[in-house]
Amino acid sequence: MSRTIVIVRTGTANLASVRAAFERQGHTVELTEEPARVAEADRVVLPGVGAFGASMAELVKKNLAEPLVERARGNRSLLAICVGMQLLCRGSTESPGARGLEVVNAEVSRFDAPGLRVPQLGWNDVTAPPEARFVRSGVAYFANSYRARQVADGWVASTADHGGTFVAAMERGNVLACQFHPELSGAWGAQLLARWIEGSG
Amino acid sequence: MLKTRIIPCLDCKDGRVVKGVRFEGLRDAGSPSELAAAYEKQGADEIVVLDISATTEGRNAALATVRAVRRELSIPLTVGGGVGSAEHAGVLLDAGADKVSVNSAAVKDPAIVTAIADRYGRQCAVIAIDAARKDASWEVVTHSGKNRTGIDVIAWAREAVQRGAGEVLLTSFDRDGTRSGYDLDLLKAVSEAVPVPIIASGGAAHAAHLLEALRAGATDVLAASIFHDGDLTVGDVKKYLASQGARVRL
Repeated sequence: MSRTIVIVRTGTANLASVRAAFERQGHTVELTEEPARVAEADRVVLPGVGAFGASMAELVKKNLAEPLVERARGNRSLLAICVGMQLLCRGSTESPGARGLEVVNAEVSRFDAPGLRVPQLGWNDVTAPPEARFVRSGVAYFANSYRARQVADGWVASTADHGGTFVAAMERGNVLACQFHPELSGAWGAQLLARWIEGSG
Repeated sequence: MLKTRIIPCLDCKDGRVVKGVRFEGLRDAGSPSELAAAYEKQGADEIVVLDISATTEGRNAALATVRAVRRELSIPLTVGGGVGSAEHAGVLLDAGADKVSVNSAAVKDPAIVTAIADRYGRQCAVIAIDAARKDASWEVVTHSGKNRTGIDVIAWAREAVQRGAGEVLLTSFDRDGTRSGYDLDLLKAVSEAVPVPIIASGGAAHAAHLLEALRAGATDVLAASIFHDGDLTVGDVKKYLASQGARVRL
C-alpha cells in the first residue's frame, strides 16, 4: 500500500538517495521543514549527513528539535539515519559542548582502535537480537567516523564491529534509528524500510 | 567486520558509458543506468560514475545520468569528473550522488577539499588521484594525464586527507586500461601514508589482479573494462576473492 513518508529537510543530507529508496517502493515522499508537519505526520524520516553540532543547530534553529523529541519519547513512527541516529543521543565528541536531542542516554565518540581506517566506508555485518522488531541480521552499508558503543532505557540494539562492537541500529516502539544507511543497503535495506513502514504506522 | 568493496566504474561521456586506453581511443560501452542496475544485481558494493565530457552539453547530460542512475540504484553512488567547487559538488549530491570525487580542481585549489568536507562531511569527500611513475616515486597528473604537475603523490595524498578527504581513489595512469594489473608499489606506498580507505584503480584484467591490490594495501578495488567486456561478472570476482580469504559481501 502506498504511504506518505515525510522527510525532514536537514540541509546537507543525501536526500535524493533517501527519497529514491521510498519511491522505488511506490510511496509518496514529502520534504518538510515545518514543525507542525513533523509533529503530526504518520511517518517521519530524519536523515543526516554532516557534523553533529551543525546538524543539531539546524534543527534547533528551525524549531524541529521539540517535535522530534516528542515523537521519539512517545515511541511514534520515526526513522533516524546515520547522524540522525546520533542526534537522538546526549552528545558527541565530534562537537564538544553541543547537546543532542537527549532521547537516548548514550554518548557518541570517534572510532579509535589503533590502525583502524576511519571513516568506516563500506559494508559490515549487522547482528540483530531476537527481540528486534525491525532489524534482521545481514550486511549494511556504513559511512561514519563516529558511533555509539551502547544504549540503554529499553532501546534494543543491533550491533556491528569496526575495531570493537558498536551500535549499528537501535529501536524502541515505532522508532528505528540506524547508524548504517538503509537506503543504500541494497535489497536487505529495502526490506528493512518496508518493515518499518508497515510495522510502525 | 568491514568488507572489501568491489566497485564497477562507469566512465561517462555525453550520457553514455565509454572505455578507452590511457584515457584515449574511446568506445561505447552502454547506458549508465542499465549498466549500474545490472552491476547491482551482480553484487556490486558501490558504483562510481566519472563524467569525462568536455562540453557544457555533456555536463548537463551527466546530471541527467546521475538522476537516472540514482532512481535505479539502492547501493552507494560516487560521482566525479570535472568537479570544480563545493557548489558543484552540492548540485551532484542533490541529483543523487552519495559521495563526490574531486581531482584536477583540487590540485589547483586544495581548499575545495576542505569546503566539501566542511559542508557535507568527510565521508562525502573523495580525493581522486591520478599517479604516474617518475623515477623511484610518482607524480600527480591531471586533465586525463595531459598535465604532469611534478607534485609528489604521497605528499598530495597526505595533504588531501588532512584537508578532509575521507577516502582516496587512486588511479595508476601508467596502468589504466592496459590490463596489466594495478600498480602495487603505488598502493602500498599510499595506503601506508594515509589512514583512510584506499580504492585501487587502473589496470585490472583478472580477478587475481584485484586480490593482489588488496594484499598490497588497498581496502577496496575499482574496475571498469573487465566488467564491461563481460569477461567476468562482479559475482564471479567476489566468489574468487572469498575463496582466497578476502572478506567480501556475497
